[in-house]
Amino acid sequence: MDAFDDRTPIYQQIADRIRGAILSGELSEGEQVMSTTQYATTYRINPATAAKAMAQLVDEGLLEKRRGLGMFVEPGARERLRAAGRATFFARSLDPVLAEAATLGIPTDQIIDHIRRTR
Amino acid sequence: MTTTTPAGLEIRGLTHSFGSTTALDDVTVAVRPGTVTGLVGRNGAGKTTLAALVAALRPVQAGAILLDGAPPWEDPEVTSRICLVRDKGGVVEDERIRVTFEFAAMLRPGWDADYAHALLDRFEVPFRKKPQQLSTGKRSALSAILGLASRSDLTIFDEVYLGMDAVARRMFYDELIADWIAHPRTIILSSHLLDEVEDLMEDVVILDRGRVVAAGETDAVRARHSRDGAVASLTDVLVSLSTPSTDRSTP
Repeated sequence: MDAFDDRTPIYQQIADRIRGAILSGELSEGEQVMSTTQYATTYRINPATAAKAMAQLVDEGLLEKRRGLGMFVEPGARERLRAAGRATFFARSLDPVLAEAATLGIPTDQIIDHIRRTR
Repeated sequence: MTTTTPAGLEIRGLTHSFGSTTALDDVTVAVRPGTVTGLVGRNGAGKTTLAALVAALRPVQAGAILLDGAPPWEDPEVTSRICLVRDKGGVVEDERIRVTFEFAAMLRPGWDADYAHALLDRFEVPFRKKPQQLSTGKRSALSAILGLASRSDLTIFDEVYLGMDAVARRMFYDELIADWIAHPRTIILSSHLLDEVEDLMEDVVILDRGRVVAAGETDAVRARHSRDGAVASLTDVLVSLSTPSTDRSTP
């Protein structure tokens, strides 16, 4: 994993990476997540920063804290993230691309052709 | 070996002058027990004076310093819980390092000699030398080692890594985080190298010309100064909160 960028608070970057790992299946449900201590020593950050990311993911129902053991991926976390991603996909990801295509004068047919060929 | 008890620090209305120069002006701030708190400010902002007063190296002129409710001045029970290290000082310069370590073992209830020796090896500081014979970098490393191995309830690192190179500084940050996790205690980190340390600090206190201009969780302070969707670095925060040098001579 790369170092963090300095535009976004690190706890948000940690939370985003864990979400990404759950989505991609790199972290499977029931699997243990790296501890706040490991985050702190690996990336030279305050453990409170990592703990903040974990707390946010617990609130979102993606991680569960098992006392004395650590943080684990909640069952159903991946599907929850996929559903949330699907709900915002068009507005968040596709619309900006279509807006750029319009700016560049790329006709819709050409975009559809491209999608058919690459999928 | 005694266990450390992270100390809480409270400073109320602290004002300190050297002749006609006001070094600290009505400083009121609290340091939460068990945090790594940054003490940040430009040269002459009052960081070193504040650190010296907390460590009871000077008497308080006005206001109060309380470590878990007790003033440190002339109270060995309180001062034995506080360790202040700088890039120099705090050692017996003209005797071998062994002598400095013996003093530390006497004065510091949490002193861990094994850890101190492991750190000497890691930072490649020759134990048989006298502090005055060491290079600037090794001399700084020795101060850092004293601060780390003292495992004091409140440890203040005041620009301790000034003489260290980038590799030694990184080792210092690694040791600081790992040892602080293993032995929770209160750490105050004063540094100019904000890019290197800003992610280590849970809380931050920013001084400008002897006054506290911002204090609180580092994330919150940085967020308050962020614009254009990018989080402000502590350097950005310091630039926007510090008095420009052209105005620094005006009263």
